[in-house]
Order: sequence, then C-alpha cells, then structure tokens
Amino acid sequence: MIKLFASTALVALLAIPAHAVQPAEGETLADTQTYTYWLLDAIKSLDPAKNTDVEGSDALRQLFEGLMIEDAQGNMIPGMAESHDVSDDGLTYTFHLRDANWSNGRPVTAGDFVYAWQRVVTPETASEYAWYMELMNIQNASEIIAGELAPDQLGVRAVDDKTLEVKLTQATPYFLNTLSHTTAYPVPQAVVEEHGDGWVQPGNLVGNGAFTLASHNLGVDIVFEKNPEYWDADNVLMQTVRGVTVNDNNVALTRYQAGELDRVQIPAGQYPRLEEESPEEATSVPYGCSYAYVFNLSEKGPEVLKDQRVREAMALSLNRDVIVDQILQGGQEPAYTWVHWAINGFAAPEGNMGEMTAEERMSRAKELLAEAGYGPDNPVQLELQYNTDDSHRLLAIAAQQFWRPLGIEIELNNVEWKVHTDRMQNQDFEVARYAWCADYNEASTFLDWFRTDGYNSGKWSNEEYDRLLAEAATAEDTAPLYQQAEAILDEENPAVFVYHYAKVDMINTAIKGLPRENLLNTWYAKDLYRVAE
Amino acid sequence: MFAFVLRRLAVAIPTLLLLIVFSFTLMHLAPGGPFTGERALPPQVLANLEARYGLNDPLWLQIWNYLVGIVVHFDFGPSFVYPDRTVNQLIAAGFPVTLTYGALSFAAAVIFGVSLGVVAAIRHNSWTDYLAVGVSIGAQVLPNFVMAPLLVLVFTLWYGLLPGGGWSFNDPSFWIMPVIALATSYMASIARITRSSMLEVLGSNHIRTARAKGMPERRVILRHALKPAMLPVISYLGPVFVSMITGSVVIDIYFSTGGIGKAFVDSALNRDYAVMMGVTILVGALTILFNLLVDVLYAWIDPKIRY
Repeated sequence: MIKLFASTALVALLAIPAHAVQPAEGETLADTQTYTYWLLDAIKSLDPAKNTDVEGSDALRQLFEGLMIEDAQGNMIPGMAESHDVSDDGLTYTFHLRDANWSNGRPVTAGDFVYAWQRVVTPETASEYAWYMELMNIQNASEIIAGELAPDQLGVRAVDDKTLEVKLTQATPYFLNTLSHTTAYPVPQAVVEEHGDGWVQPGNLVGNGAFTLASHNLGVDIVFEKNPEYWDADNVLMQTVRGVTVNDNNVALTRYQAGELDRVQIPAGQYPRLEEESPEEATSVPYGCSYAYVFNLSEKGPEVLKDQRVREAMALSLNRDVIVDQILQGGQEPAYTWVHWAINGFAAPEGNMGEMTAEERMSRAKELLAEAGYGPDNPVQLELQYNTDDSHRLLAIAAQQFWRPLGIEIELNNVEWKVHTDRMQNQDFEVARYAWCADYNEASTFLDWFRTDGYNSGKWSNEEYDRLLAEAATAEDTAPLYQQAEAILDEENPAVFVYHYAKVDMINTAIKGLPRENLLNTWYAKDLYRVAE
Repeated sequence: MFAFVLRRLAVAIPTLLLLIVFSFTLMHLAPGGPFTGERALPPQVLANLEARYGLNDPLWLQIWNYLVGIVVHFDFGPSFVYPDRTVNQLIAAGFPVTLTYGALSFAAAVIFGVSLGVVAAIRHNSWTDYLAVGVSIGAQVLPNFVMAPLLVLVFTLWYGLLPGGGWSFNDPSFWIMPVIALATSYMASIARITRSSMLEVLGSNHIRTARAKGMPERRVILRHALKPAMLPVISYLGPVFVSMITGSVVIDIYFSTGGIGKAFVDSALNRDYAVMMGVTILVGALTILFNLLVDVLYAWIDPKIRY
C-alpha cells in the first residue's frame, strides 16, 4: 500500500498535471480502491447522444471525456483538448487535442468529435438533446435538426487528426462551459456502426474516459473499472466504481448505514437528526436549482393574475423561512431571485423583496391586495397544481396556509408528472410548481427561462428583459445586465420564487476527493480515492 | 376435454387482440407523451423523435404496425424511454427476476397458507385455530410496503445477514427478503380460504360417511376432505400466480430487483407506450393461460365437473 502511495506520489511529482489526485498528509490509502454510489432510478441511456438525465450523466462522465472537464470547484480545465484558440470575433474556436486513446487502444481524433456532434443533430438519431447543439450556437445546428441541411454542414471540422475547428453563429460567452456536457462527448464511429443501438452494452462500449463499463444490470447496478488506456491513468487511484439503484430514498439510507453505499441523499426533513448523530457524514452544499410557483399569464390564464399587485402580494406573503427551516430542513436557502444565489458572479438586485423584514412584506402584501380590490371578504380564488411528491405536497399545503389569511383561497391540484408538464406546456393551469436546474454555472441558464421565446410556460413577456439578455449574450461584463434583468423579475413577479436547492447527502468519511464546492455537483471518479479508516 | 382446451385457446386470440387495441387507445388518450418533460422540446426535435418511433402516423396505422411486428417478427418494438434497448430485451432482463421471486413466493404462500388453514380447520375453535387465524390476520394487515423496509432494517442494518436489495441469480441471499415480503399477505388469504372451505367440507355428508366407516382420521382428511376443499383455493390461485410472477411494484421498488413489476408502472407513468404494451400483453396472455389451467385442474379434482 505504501508502495502504491509512493509511486503515485512520484508520478504526480514528475508529471505535475494540474489536477493530480493524491492523498493529503496523514492519510493512508485503503487496500481496495472502491466507491459505491446511489442511483435513485435505472440509467435510461449510456449513449452520449441520447442521455437526458442526471443518472446517465454521472455514468457517462466516467466512461467518456469531452474537450473540457471540470475541477473540484466546477471550473473548466482541459480534457481531451490540451489547449484552444478563439478568433477575435469569438465565432471560431480551434481545439488542439492531446494524445489520448479509446479504451480499445485506437487514438482519439478530431474526427471522433465531428462524427459525434453530427450524429446528435442528425434527425434519424432522434436525440432528445439535439437542442443542446443549438444552445452551443454551433453553425447550422438548427437547420440540420429541421432537415433543411445535411449533417455534414454542421459548423465543426477536423482540420487534422489533432485539430478541431468549431464555428458558431454568434459569440457565446458560456461556450467553453458547454463542452463538459455529455451531449458534446466524442463517440467511436466504428463501434457505433458495428453494433447499432447495442453499442453501449457491456463488452461493446468503447470510451475515452478514466473508466470502462464492466457490467450493467438495468435497474440493479452498474460497475466501472479503471481504464488502463486513459491518458491520465497514472494519476487515477480509484479502481472500481459501482452505482447501485435503490428506488426508495429511505431504504437507500438504511443501506448506507449498513455500509452498502458510500454516498446517499438524505430524505427530506432528516438532515437535522442525521447531522446531530453523524456530523462528519451529513453534508449540505448549495446545488444549482431553483424552486418556484409559476403564474399563468397567457390568454388562457385567470384574469386576476394579470394584476401585478396580486402577483406581488402572493410573492411577498409566502413565508420562505418557514419552508426552509421547518419543512425542508436541509440547508436550502429562501429564494427571492430566480438565479440561484451561489451562481458564479451573480449578485441579487438591490432593494429586492428579500431585503424587507417579514412584517414589512406582510403588510405590503395586504396593502397591495386591498388596492387591487381583494381581501378576506372578497378572496382571490386560484388553483395550485403540483406533481405527485411528498415535499411538493407539504410545500403546497404551507403556501395555502400562508395565503389564506390575506384572502387568497388556494385549491390544491395534485397530478402525475406527465400530466403536470403537459398542462404547463399547454398553459392549462393557474399557478404551477416548477423547478429549474442550471445547465452551466452562469446566470443566463436561469434567466433565459423567462425570455419571451424561452421555456417560460407562464408566457410572461417583457421587452426590456429580452433586450437585456440579448445584450448580455455578447457583453464583456454581464453581471450588471443580469442584475437588471433580475430586478425586472422582482418588480413584475411572473412567479413566486420559493427556495434555492442544497445537495444534502450522507458521505462515507473514507471517500475523499468528492467536489464540495461545485454548484452543479458534477463529479469524476478519477478524482476520488478511499482512505483506510 | 381436448375440444374444450382448443375452444378456449381459440377465444384467447380475439381476447388478446381486444386487449391490445383497448390498451393502445387508452394509453394514447392519456395527456402527455414519452417525450414530455420539464423542458418543452423544440418542435423540430420532437418531430424527429416522433418520426423515428412512428408516433406521427395515424393511431390505426400505429396499432397495425405494432401487431404486424409482433406476429411476423415477435418484435414488441423499441422502448422510447430506454433508447438503448428494445422491449424484448427489457422483458427478457426483468421477467426472469420476477418469475424467480414470484414462483418462490407462490410456493411459500401455498405451502404455509394451506397447512395453516387445514390445521386451523381440523382443530376448529381450539387455541391452534385461534393462533392460526391470528397469524393470518396479522400477516394480512401488514402490507408489503411496510414489511419491506422493516425487513431491510432488521436483516441488513441490525443483523447484517442479508443484502439490502439488488438481485443475483447465483446468490439466493438476494431472494429471501423479496419472497418473505411478497408471500406473507397471500399466505394469509390462502390460509383463510382454506380454513373456511375445509370447515365446510368437514361438515358434509361424505366425510361423515367416511368417518362412520371407521376410516382413520388422517386418511379422511388427506384423501376425502382436502381435495374438494381445494376447489375455491385453486380458483383463487390462478390469477394470484400470474400477478406474483409478473412482479410486484412494491417489491421491485423496495428491493431494487430490476423486475418488470416496476418497469410496468414506470412505463405507464413515463408513457413508454411500447414497454407498457409489451408487459400488458405478457400479463394478459399469462392470465388467459392460467385461467385455462385452473379450469382443467377443476375437472381433475372434481369428477362432477365436465366440459
């Protein structure tokens, strides 16, 4: 063991890569380097072009590597691309790839990226995340998805085996941030063409990540083994990673306590107890998602919500402190902005309603409602729709209680997930619960949602808001623009922002290297190691 | 008898066909589709997905293509939600799991349930009877969604004897808790049906005659009482067997077995049309088959029944 430690330290010393993994002083590596993590559900797809969820992304991050990867703080660092150049107009990126191999020993080339990205936008691939190439603003992505241009017209080109050139439709400040996403991973053309849809099965799958796929029993477990072909394999300590599906969070916690899992989410409301019992293991860190009640402001929406005073009164009178301190109890933060408070470089606008005291908010809410002609004698009547889930139900009941004394009568409407989203997207609701998670660590990932042509299921629309975001897309200093945009949301109240998420987990103290300062919570098993206890 | 079986099998085909058309239509009537999610997909992306899976064809054509796929290639189509896999692959992976723990649970429920019921009936109104009735009521009111986490707590966390979930065909320690959790309430029902049916038979004329002849009690029970007393039990067991081997969503969720019980419920919630159809057809076909088997068993047990 000491030998392994010594040799790793030596290699680390010689190579000095920016992110070499090594135990801290006083730590002894465990004999078996294994990490077992929890999956709530089966992994839907291991095909980078078809993956759509967190479970799949966590697995793919071990099996493949994009042009960029993330360090422990979530900053972009070189992955497959050793370096890159940007043209002066910000429209052309040239990536210089490092010498790296696929797990079958073949070299990773620029052509592999070209093939993978073209495959995502090809209509026949039917990728749900084809829009991601549009988010990246890659030239011709939209036209190819629409079937108007051939896939080889995509703005990505292999200059030679080690040089990749990407052309964008507009300067995109967050472009480099999009490159660590699974949709932008390279895939091995020969393997995909040989096996078709089955290319991702164990035995067939060839990746360029730090791990290979050893086995995958759908809905039971998935096992990864260290990939000796990985370019930085010498700096990878972890040998075996296992993802175990446990469909019930409480059972998962029991199995964590029985030592079957190294990491598990803490079920809602249990953080205070576990933190007292095992303070070393119970953790809570900010997590880039925001929770809101969205108002339907479309033509189909209720008349009463078109009155801004009613919306503001509802936003003011929702007692977020009770929600985070009494109900959620896991280190979540009350939300008065749509952008998560911990997003890079974001500052909440001055004078937002979060700066008022609870009493001020309450009395202002009463005033506004009275001005609008409503009160306990003449109550506003609305329906609040939420999808089936215990904590959504608790929060909805709480909201109902907060609003009732003011004269806002809420009828709760619980529907299953598909019905909920279908109704939201067709504006068949009055008030609906919603949550959005950051795609990348920058405020626009949240703010884009409320653009007139954004997802925006409540159909709120504001020209000034759209203009600010359009300006931010190419601006040098985006922070003041984002702050102004958020100030408009604070004034117009297209939704009630409820809370900002935290990731609340039990983590085995023997596992080191998990990122605790990365808002998106993306983790790479290559950075982990297990210490002897 | 042979003609009866043939006739029943002939009826099975239109029954299945009706089942397919009916469920297919119902499923498509439900709001939302397989690709509805928190992000509304851009229309072009959605159109490409629908084209790939034939969802933009008229409903009658979709049903027709689906039927042709099954009849000609035995192909139940691709999964919309698990794009790496076909429905055939999903069922081939999940069904053996539920078949294993389901069949074992069935055996356990029948063996313990019938024994308990028979003993209770023979020792009618004794403490044995009360104990048996008590046990079966207790087992009945302890639902498996309560029992499953309790089992994990006791056997995994406290005693560390059994794995808390997952599945392996090579290691029976993975089977024990799912079998206990699934079998218990069925065992209770079987015990109660057996007991009351047995009590009725024990009071009938032919048992009195057998006893009057001086036949040993053991023989009276095993030879003359048990067989007729089994009739109502067997009619209960047919559908129970099917529902046990096609899995229980509760067992699959709490023990994360990867079985098709959860896959079935998920497919409905996810609008994974093809998977849902595949499992519906599997359950439908098995139900028809086992109902037929029960009818055949009837004739074998009770000579008065003729087809």
